[in-house]
Amino acid sequence: MAQILQIHEPGQSPVPHQEDAELAVGIDLGTTNSVVAISSEGKIEVLKDDDGQALVPSIVAYAPDGSAIVGELAKRLLLSRPDSVVSSIKRLMGRGAEDVRSLGGQLPFDIEPQHEGESQLVRLNIGGHTLTPIEISADILRALKDRAEGHLGAKVEKAVITVPAYFDDAQRSATKDGARLAGLEVLRLVNEPTAAALAYGLDKGAEGLFAVFDLGGGTFDVSLLRMQKGVFQVLATGGDAALGGDDFDHAIAEHFLTERQADLGETGLSGGEVKVALMTGRLAKECLSTEDSGEWVLTVDDHQTKHRLDRATFEGLIKPYVDRTIKICHEVLTEAGFDPLDVKGVVLVGGSTRVPSVRKAVASYFGSEPLADIDPDQVVAVGAALQAEALTVGSDTLLLDVTPLSLGLETMGGLVEKVIPRNTPIPVAKAQEFTTFQDGQTAMAIHVVQGEREMVDQNRSLARFTLKGIPPMAAGAAHIRVTFQVDADGLLTVTAGEETSAIEAQVEVKPSYGLSEDEMSTMLYDSMKNAKDDMELRLLAEARVEAERAMLAVRSALQADCSLLSVEEREDIGGQMDKVIVAIKGTDRDAINTAAEDLDNATRVFAEKRMDKGIRDALTGVSMDKLETTIGDGESA
Amino acid sequence: MNDVNTKTPQATLKSCWSCKGPTPVAALFCQTCKAVQAPAAVTHFVRLGVEQSFDVDVAGLGRLYFDLQRQLHPDRFATKAPKERALSQQQATALNDAYETLKDPLKRADYLVHILGVNVLPEGCNLVRDQSILIEAMEMREKLAMADTMDALNAIQRETKAEIDDVLTGLSLAFRGDDIEGACQLTTRLKYLDKMMGEVRQGRARLL
Repeated sequence: MAQILQIHEPGQSPVPHQEDAELAVGIDLGTTNSVVAISSEGKIEVLKDDDGQALVPSIVAYAPDGSAIVGELAKRLLLSRPDSVVSSIKRLMGRGAEDVRSLGGQLPFDIEPQHEGESQLVRLNIGGHTLTPIEISADILRALKDRAEGHLGAKVEKAVITVPAYFDDAQRSATKDGARLAGLEVLRLVNEPTAAALAYGLDKGAEGLFAVFDLGGGTFDVSLLRMQKGVFQVLATGGDAALGGDDFDHAIAEHFLTERQADLGETGLSGGEVKVALMTGRLAKECLSTEDSGEWVLTVDDHQTKHRLDRATFEGLIKPYVDRTIKICHEVLTEAGFDPLDVKGVVLVGGSTRVPSVRKAVASYFGSEPLADIDPDQVVAVGAALQAEALTVGSDTLLLDVTPLSLGLETMGGLVEKVIPRNTPIPVAKAQEFTTFQDGQTAMAIHVVQGEREMVDQNRSLARFTLKGIPPMAAGAAHIRVTFQVDADGLLTVTAGEETSAIEAQVEVKPSYGLSEDEMSTMLYDSMKNAKDDMELRLLAEARVEAERAMLAVRSALQADCSLLSVEEREDIGGQMDKVIVAIKGTDRDAINTAAEDLDNATRVFAEKRMDKGIRDALTGVSMDKLETTIGDGESA
Repeated sequence: MNDVNTKTPQATLKSCWSCKGPTPVAALFCQTCKAVQAPAAVTHFVRLGVEQSFDVDVAGLGRLYFDLQRQLHPDRFATKAPKERALSQQQATALNDAYETLKDPLKRADYLVHILGVNVLPEGCNLVRDQSILIEAMEMREKLAMADTMDALNAIQRETKAEIDDVLTGLSLAFRGDDIEGACQLTTRLKYLDKMMGEVRQGRARLL
């Protein structure tokens, strides 16, 4: 039996397949470009392709057989085969078809009509294939995973993925679903500005009150953080999930297309023309970030038009967008009770912060030159990689984030009752009580919304569900308790129950604009030939983690209280432990679970003996205390 | 020796969910197997390890909170078994609740009155017993409605800030003197002043 205790010291038992467990990458899944990085023992590597490019354009081309081409190659196909190529898909994550139409401007997306029974999630037609933004994002993630696996020569199954701080629940869920389709377990969704702050804090040792100004291709975030001694505490965050460099491209494209229409006397614009104009708009933007002026040519359907643009005109075109970012900065600071001058430094994130007028506006508002020591295109992936390492290997760093948007419920008259206000530190749980308003009411519709406005229809609808089975009571007698829970990923779970009858309903809030479990399974099945194996592997890993946990618990218990057992009892437990060890080494999930259960049963009597001993010891302690006080009292009397 | 059981070991010990052995009910981690435990049903003060009082050193509170989050935050349990992840989330949630409540004077006062006067004043501090509080609030509101320049708003802000400082001093005295009724009234006043500050901020944002 002696060998039981010699197997491993508690806390030092090696996790099986530890090599796999530690390979977790950081991924910045961007609107325009994506980046994957890995950190090992504090050494960070941003993974590059053979041409030395770290940025993977977030562009996917679909071949007639449906296979996906991601990145630079797809970008090159954008002009020649615009209908088979999709870009800026991040803007559609977690959105319904109606939202997408209302996003405004000329969007280069071909939206499929919604079919009966499908979720409201938008579906696109790309080269004849019907695809959701989740599947397209999964293709980008798969390409990043491949790049990482190629570099590391090993399987990569875990990742920290960044999302804009201002992403709502539907957009976060969609991102997580995309990762799942790509065969990646998301260890944590980290907000992009928080990841950037982590990179600056850990790499550059920045401390104090910092603002992170993150203007990407399609999203804008600003976060205010206090950084001290390894704690990254987000105080407030704000932004616009549909504001970014894309809008600059659009502004130029619209300017060019108006000129073109005047030139050619055309009225309608083809989708191809819009895509070409956007592409040209982007080139003009990049060029005007360093040059004072330039000339561009639009060639579509053999019609050529020439367009001149100088920097002053360009800055005039984008001014409304730049002004909006500064206004949001001001709102975030004011709400947190700070002044621009309180901020010790402003970190620039996102390719769009390269535009000189953006930098000028930031410097002028905060009254200091912004920081861009770490490449604004890579800083988020660097932070994500650092966090991936911290989560797998362990670390003292602490990231404390907040909810970007208020979460609430629809009440009478289409009003919103806020349950969790924005900028509340997460994880958080809050409950609100409601009651019935009709005699004998047996069901209650619950509508969960996210946003700051007072009326329901001005906010984002996250989910609707019905709490049924309320026992008939007089109006106002029922106690309906609705609990909102936001986890460390910023994802919401809502539960509702009637207090007096103990009926309960629980929803993970994703239905409105997400994938149903059924759709998810079908996609998993379709997208991976070995989807089933993949699921099985994940379940196997989980069984191992759980069995390891049980073994560790028993080892600790034996070390503390092994004297309570007879020789036979020890041998019995030892025998079961050996079986668990053997099972963990194998690949039979059921065998592992059964062995762990048997171990649990074999230690039941031991557990009882330990509880008895604990209580006996405590009793002795209490009696002694009691005795001492009695004596003490006696003396003083 | 008859009343040895007034503080029974059963009330101070529980069975660890993981190793099933005895561990103190308020322990964060099992004393034997070190598994994270569910948050104990204790006050926010006990949870963060500070004395129950209105006079809280907020910087010190922050340090205690960070130290506890360092041990209990879900990021420390990302690769652990689902049950441990769930418990860590519960612990971190309870810590956030405690810290958010105690670091803010208004929430702290509200909470203290609630736990101190739970039997005396079940209605908490929402009852305005003092007509003068209502009148003051109405006068402030009128002033705010008339303020249409930054200077006017800044003046109201300074005035409100000064009153808040007075109320906080009063609250500290009231709690120290066990004057729950007085603390209750001051808390109600603080709520109005706090709302006022919020409206001044909004007014400033509108003028910008």
